[in-house]
Amino acid sequence: MATFTVDGKQYEVEAGTNLLQAILSQSLDLPYFCWHPAMGSVGACRQCAVIQYQDAEDERGRLTMACMTDVQDGMIVSVEAAHAKDFRASVIEWLMENHPHDCPVCEEGGECHLQDMTVMTGHSVRRYRDKKRTWENQDLGPFIGHEMNRCITCYRCVRFYQDYAGGKDLGAFGSRSRMFFGRVEDGVLESEFAGNLVEVCPTGVFTDKPFSQHYTRKWDLQSAASVCPGCSVGCNTFASERYGVLKRLHNRYHNDLNKYFICDRGRFGSHFVNSQQRVRHAAVKANDGVFEYGDVNAALDRAVEILKHEDVVGIGSPRASMEANYALRQLVGEENFCRGLSDSERIVTDQACSILMKGGFKVPTVTEVEAADVVVVIGEDISNTAPRIALAIRQATRNVSFEMAESANIPLWQDAGVRGHAQHQRNALYVATSNSTRLDDIAEATVNALSDGITQIASQIAGQISGESHENTFVTSVAEALLAAERPLLVTGTSLRDPNVLNATAAIAWALRAKEKEPAMLIAGSEVNTFNTVVTCEGLTLNSALTRIADGASAVILENDLYRRAQSDSVDRALEGDGEVVALDVVESETLVKANVVLPAASYAEQTGTFVNYETRAQRFYQVFQPQDDIQPAWRWLSKIASRLGRTDASWTTVDEVSRSALAALPGIDASLEELAPTKDFRIEGEHRVARQTHRYSGRTAMNADVSVHEPKAPVDDETPYSYSMEGQNPGDQSGSVIPYSWTPGWNSNQSIFKFQAEVSGDLLGQSGGKRLFAVPSEPDAEVDKEFDFSVTQPTRPAADGLVPFPIHDVFGSDELSAQSWPVAQRAKGPYVLIHPDDAAVLSASAGSGVRSDALVGSFEVVIDDCVQSGSVGIAVGLNGRVEIPDRTIALVVDPDFEPRQLGDARVIAKS
Amino acid sequence: MSLLETKPLTGRVEEVGGPVFLEDYEAGGGYVAAKKAVTQMTPSEVIDEVKDSNLRGRGGAGFPTGTKWGFVPPGPSPDGGVKYLVCNGDEMEPGTFKDRWLISNNPHSLIEGMVIGAYAIGATKAYVFLRGEYFEPKSKLAKAIDEAKAAGYLGEGVFGSDFDLDFRIHSSGGRYICGEETALLNALEGKRAQPRNKPPFPPASGAWGRPTIVNNVETYCNVPSIIQNGADWFRDLGLTEDAGTKIYGVSGRVNNPGLWELPIGTTIREIIDEYAGGMQDGFRLRGLLPGGASTDFLVEEHFDLAMDYGTIQAAGSRMGTGTMILMDDSICPVDMSRNLQHFFAQESCGFCTPCREGLPWVESLLLDIEEGRGQPGDLEILDQNAQYIGAPGNTFCLHATGAIEPLQSALKYFRDDFERHIVEGRCPYRTNGNA
Ligand SMILES: Cc1cc2nc3c(=O)[nH]c(=O)nc-3n(C[C@H](O)[C@H](O)[C@H](O)COP(=O)(O)O)c2cc1C
Ligand code: SF4
Ligand code: SF4
Ligand code: SF4
Ligand code: FES
Repeated sequence: MATFTVDGKQYEVEAGTNLLQAILSQSLDLPYFCWHPAMGSVGACRQCAVIQYQDAEDERGRLTMACMTDVQDGMIVSVEAAHAKDFRASVIEWLMENHPHDCPVCEEGGECHLQDMTVMTGHSVRRYRDKKRTWENQDLGPFIGHEMNRCITCYRCVRFYQDYAGGKDLGAFGSRSRMFFGRVEDGVLESEFAGNLVEVCPTGVFTDKPFSQHYTRKWDLQSAASVCPGCSVGCNTFASERYGVLKRLHNRYHNDLNKYFICDRGRFGSHFVNSQQRVRHAAVKANDGVFEYGDVNAALDRAVEILKHEDVVGIGSPRASMEANYALRQLVGEENFCRGLSDSERIVTDQACSILMKGGFKVPTVTEVEAADVVVVIGEDISNTAPRIALAIRQATRNVSFEMAESANIPLWQDAGVRGHAQHQRNALYVATSNSTRLDDIAEATVNALSDGITQIASQIAGQISGESHENTFVTSVAEALLAAERPLLVTGTSLRDPNVLNATAAIAWALRAKEKEPAMLIAGSEVNTFNTVVTCEGLTLNSALTRIADGASAVILENDLYRRAQSDSVDRALEGDGEVVALDVVESETLVKANVVLPAASYAEQTGTFVNYETRAQRFYQVFQPQDDIQPAWRWLSKIASRLGRTDASWTTVDEVSRSALAALPGIDASLEELAPTKDFRIEGEHRVARQTHRYSGRTAMNADVSVHEPKAPVDDETPYSYSMEGQNPGDQSGSVIPYSWTPGWNSNQSIFKFQAEVSGDLLGQSGGKRLFAVPSEPDAEVDKEFDFSVTQPTRPAADGLVPFPIHDVFGSDELSAQSWPVAQRAKGPYVLIHPDDAAVLSASAGSGVRSDALVGSFEVVIDDCVQSGSVGIAVGLNGRVEIPDRTIALVVDPDFEPRQLGDARVIAKS
Repeated sequence: MSLLETKPLTGRVEEVGGPVFLEDYEAGGGYVAAKKAVTQMTPSEVIDEVKDSNLRGRGGAGFPTGTKWGFVPPGPSPDGGVKYLVCNGDEMEPGTFKDRWLISNNPHSLIEGMVIGAYAIGATKAYVFLRGEYFEPKSKLAKAIDEAKAAGYLGEGVFGSDFDLDFRIHSSGGRYICGEETALLNALEGKRAQPRNKPPFPPASGAWGRPTIVNNVETYCNVPSIIQNGADWFRDLGLTEDAGTKIYGVSGRVNNPGLWELPIGTTIREIIDEYAGGMQDGFRLRGLLPGGASTDFLVEEHFDLAMDYGTIQAAGSRMGTGTMILMDDSICPVDMSRNLQHFFAQESCGFCTPCREGLPWVESLLLDIEEGRGQPGDLEILDQNAQYIGAPGNTFCLHATGAIEPLQSALKYFRDDFERHIVEGRCPYRTNGNA
């Protein structure tokens, strides 16, 4: 530890800590620009200058850049010394020479780091009299706006985009006072992490384009702590609303998960909440088959009638909350409840869960992924299915550069030095997937195979580790690397729908354990709450549920488009048969239109609830705004039905009550709601609510002046610690997991997050979010081990003509809800297939032409790629409204009428 | 003493009467030193000899060369990786053209110096980073490299030993900042020519993250004669504390502008009067930048000082490259400052704020003052900028520090001129018809 003095006060930090970081960690104010907590220092902006004194006698000291200095024991510095303050004001004066004074029309205004730093340094009078430099901006696609005139040349954008996220198409161009940050030419920013530029850029150069289209100042946003529903990672977000519209999502720091960055599916996928496809009214299908809308009572009555049937089936959903799934299960009873996974997904997901539980493997947090020293990805295109994990894997491959820097005495925070010294040295990453991935550029070796092939490779790796000897160099080098690793990590997932892939991966972990290694094992699930459905109960298979409905059972379908989960004909049989259906959902779907009663369900932003992520971390998300029209949280609809049926055991009045019951019902899991996050009774300092609105929230009266000039009473919130007004506080040091937005005095931008952390990049103050439901046993249970079966069964694929289909996942479009968000819909590709050049030749299909198949819905654009095994075809899932792909070979034919989809063509996902 | 012993850098060129290639070079004792070093001396003996000679870097900063070489971890790298030896031939300093002359006329002395240097630090790859516009020097150097390769002095098994040296020329894309040694390394790697933070210093982590030595052309050219004639001989060549000879240059309104190899420590006045032929008729010398554009002005009171590192530094400037730019009484100091700041602002790499944004402001103020639009208070803004941009450590690299040196000294020595411009609202030199 080192004791250092800042302006006469002593503090303690670890010696060698970066001085800027150390100062901020004491919650002191010191302006900076180019430093970033996740990216370290480069010393470009010269904004963080302090005076450093040689000893207690030294009165003059020396100006030094805090971000480029180590804290040494006994160090004496001053932030407040006149010379340092003066210099920092000069830096702002220089930066302001060319900065347009367009704050009033700038999207960054009110949450601008440059504004904050300008005020903090005190620079106020303009002395520069020359003309300002100007630029032409670029069209960077549907997500990111570009206003180069506002650039202060801090280099953060390129450092994030290129160095951190591995993007290739954004760069720093030019030199001297004409530095340009953008692409070589106009065009969509390729990286699925581009949206972070909005938060990384300290000014209004890179802005959230969808947000700009219905713009609101940060101080006018009503926000709450939320969780991204985009995938099984469950990144934490700030979700913000005004005028009943979900305006935007920002990253919400979570120490174990997303830290400072989220992906673009999460950030821009949130607009489904406002989508045209949103279900807003309760509806009852009349005898003529036409829906009658808007009579909630009639809808409930009809639902009750339907549920009085002697046979009732409930189908839950991996994208609905824990509360909604539980409420449905209670309503219909465990033996009549189906978790809503497709049958293939159910098998593979259950297998994932038993591997994690029985295997007793360490399931890594995202932060632990970053710490791995050898990573092997098996069968999961993780950049497309759980993007934040891929970003973490990218960081893991840099660990060797820190070791090299350490032995060369380069401080680890000195980003350019660490990177320059290591050059292309990386930790070993191996990728075995069915198609090429966006991690291949940093992989030591990759191999592409169908799931059988991947299983075989993984089994061989396990064998090689246990002493077999294989010829395949991929196998031998992976085995060798894993055996030499200190923190080996295996990453797999359920997207190939093949439990054999998981078993074979588990066999590797098992083999490693026999060699005294402690491998971490990450299994990505398919949706945000998939792992909750696993821990709930066994339940019916989807096909047996569908058969019962087809045979006349009544059904409640919760937030689930069954056409995505089962073959169309079996869903048709169920929904078009005698069984009557009550369907609850957020957005319209093919399933919904076939229901007898439709109940509009609240989106995640309109309710409070719980999602369980890939680590089985149960995380609370809070209602951001009250739903309008007939919309209600699904659990509440179900409660209402239950109470009309006189079922007190299945009806609740507050979400906390449902959550508590749901948690209590989890078999073998001991978790209280308080451990997840603050409940409705939480008060700051025992008395204050958490204010969803900022203290500068404006226009409360004016907003509805077209209706009434009286200020409406703020709605009362009985269910959460929040208030629907500016009354209350931002909990700061009391509970990090409920901060509704990041803002502290003097720090209006998201950079203020350090004020909510115990130290820079440390845990949030107070209670941190979520609780992992399975505490992973440190030792695998010996009894369980014996039962546990990793064996791989040889699949018997019926030999037939045609191509073997396998699924391809796309970060934009494969996920159901985010695909309904218009920016994502614009960014998404149309349905496509990946085929090998040889197969394309046989088909006489050229790239960009269209094909179709009897076994598939709709036409597909042909993408020719030799990463695909010849004889197989990769089918992009979700883009045609279907996720499950045929389990047999398919024949493709050229579709002469096919028109490829153009970018920006916001056609809603095809529904046939 | 022979010409070769008094003028180790240029003597052979004088004897031959033009560019020296292999045959002439060897006839004058060329490559004897390199052969001796590689076949008879240990690397540490070579480094010790260079240390003893007190050779200081001729690229501007005057860092002791042997000491720098000693920073490279000796022997083969434990990981088997390479070390690099790089020659800085970027020479974009206004007023400086000594390296061009050396490469064009005595390319083998550079090659030989680099062979010795590479052997001393255990480098197996050598690059000459050459200013992009140096077409003629490049072709001469390329010819000399071919000759040396053919003779077995470069490539595999230098002088039949087991020491290999891969030797290449890299032509710069053309920015002043490429002369800053870490920006040079970035440029060499194909990255943006922006400087790197030090530490890590190049001897620890330089080109491609490997141990690397960067020296100036003239520095390397001195090495063969040190090995051949010994450190004592080299030290004795200098007239003052510093050792060896130095190529001095003079540009400006003198009768005979040019370059001369003289014992280090020759006085400014002697260089100007004896070698540059004194001022042209009708022009009086008011001040000079002693070591290229990025050094502080010296004035009348300094003209009898010895041109060596310590003396010039004590006078408030830097010996820099030793090639002076003279300002006579017909030149407006404000306009000259503006011209210089234009250059430096233009050549800023754009990485750090004070240099990138400060220098254009300084330039624009100087233009205003020169063109009669100066305002009261402008000099204070200039003073403040000069102080904040120029203090070493305030900027990321020394480009801005160097850029401010001529300005801050002009503000000191020629302040009256600046004030007159503002008070009179015009440039007094222009009405004289001289500007
Ligand atoms: C802006 C700037 C430009 C420079 N340009 C050159 C140059 O053109 N040639 C050169 O030899 N050194 C130049 N230097 C100095 C080099 O950084 C470095 O100190 C030198 O090459 C070391 O060689 P030496 O020790 O032999 O002098 C420059 C330094 C700065 C800050
Ligand atoms: S665009 Fe933004 S992040 Fe990039 S350099 Fe400019 S101000 Fe910094
Ligand atoms: S989609 Fe997944 S990775 Fe992306 S922000 Fe959401 S939870 Fe995180
Ligand atoms: S002082 Fe800064 S901007 Fe100027 S050349 Fe050096 S690093 Fe670049
Ligand atoms: S934050 Fe320290 S120089 Fe930019």
